[in-house]
Amino acid sequence: MAMATAQSNPRAIARWQDFLQLLKPRVMSLVIFTALTGLVCAPDRINPILAAVAVLCIAVGAGASASLNMWYDADIDAKMRRTRGRPVPAGRVQGADALALGVVLSLFSVMLMGMALNWFAAGLLAFTIVFYAVVYTMWLKRWTAQNIVIGGLAGALPPVIGWAAATGGAPLNAWLLCAIIFMWTPPHFWALSLYTSEDYAKAGVPMMPVVKGASSTRLQILVYSLLLIPVCVAPAFTGLGGAGYLAVSGLGGLVFLLLAWRLYRSHAGEAADPRNDDGLYHVRAGARDARNLFAFSILYLALLFATLLAEHLMGARPLELFR
Amino acid sequence: MSDPNREDDAAAKARKGRNIAIALGLVAFVILVYVVTVVRMGGSVANRPF
Repeated sequence: MAMATAQSNPRAIARWQDFLQLLKPRVMSLVIFTALTGLVCAPDRINPILAAVAVLCIAVGAGASASLNMWYDADIDAKMRRTRGRPVPAGRVQGADALALGVVLSLFSVMLMGMALNWFAAGLLAFTIVFYAVVYTMWLKRWTAQNIVIGGLAGALPPVIGWAAATGGAPLNAWLLCAIIFMWTPPHFWALSLYTSEDYAKAGVPMMPVVKGASSTRLQILVYSLLLIPVCVAPAFTGLGGAGYLAVSGLGGLVFLLLAWRLYRSHAGEAADPRNDDGLYHVRAGARDARNLFAFSILYLALLFATLLAEHLMGARPLELFR
Repeated sequence: MSDPNREDDAAAKARKGRNIAIALGLVAFVILVYVVTVVRMGGSVANRPF
């Protein structure tokens, strides 16, 4: 599909910037941030050069899986407003080239991680790439409304890989960082899909609002938000976070819950009744509630990881409330 | 109609950019492997049986 698109546009010339775009640099920067947090929070200190190599490997691995995703999903991307300008559906890069880039970078990143750090971290990195490119992209995304719930594991693993790179293991606290991102993913993406569900429906992607409707999606966002906040606060009780972390996760969690509750009570994602001006107003107001939760979810996750990072870099004492 | 020579120029420029990017990537990888080897082996680099 992707190759056909590219071949139908013979004048398209691939520049190096197009190949860089295949790696989704913005997602890479988030992966670098969470992986670095896992690496810094780990109790063992490693050589800074090796730490930088570990983060580089994780970032390149994330970029490789993004390239594989863009190769496979070119048909879907071409139908959605948000993604139709990507290099493969736009015809600037051949699908086969995106595939080759993804495979080569995957191999390089996993092998370098194994040789420079340890093979446990390399194995986790390989698992993450395969999980995102095969389990999520090729299977879950087109098959089930739970696609981003299960597929979210791929985005949640970088801090565990970072921790494993530093220590060669992955204890409970490393998996707690993973659990935070894993539980954060559904409310984050479903809030986004509530105001972009038309695009997903057009592309045939079974996102939750398309399959179960807006009302069910808003309820599930609220339920996941209620489950998320205790997980986010938990590091303050397991010797990972300090007093600052407890304050940020607790207060931010309350704001998160408030926004999730407002979204639940709204009409976000519903089709407006053209005969009724009030209905249109409620739907538009609901879209604002969805945008608010989506935007705050990004800020909340960033604050949680930034606080943990800052506390560990400054040597702040963890609370260890249950120890 | 577009000028075919101009299109060739653009294609050549894009190819040159890609080639430079690949070259820089390979050089960076070689340096990376060298540095990682030195860091991992440390002082033992020169202290081994031949």
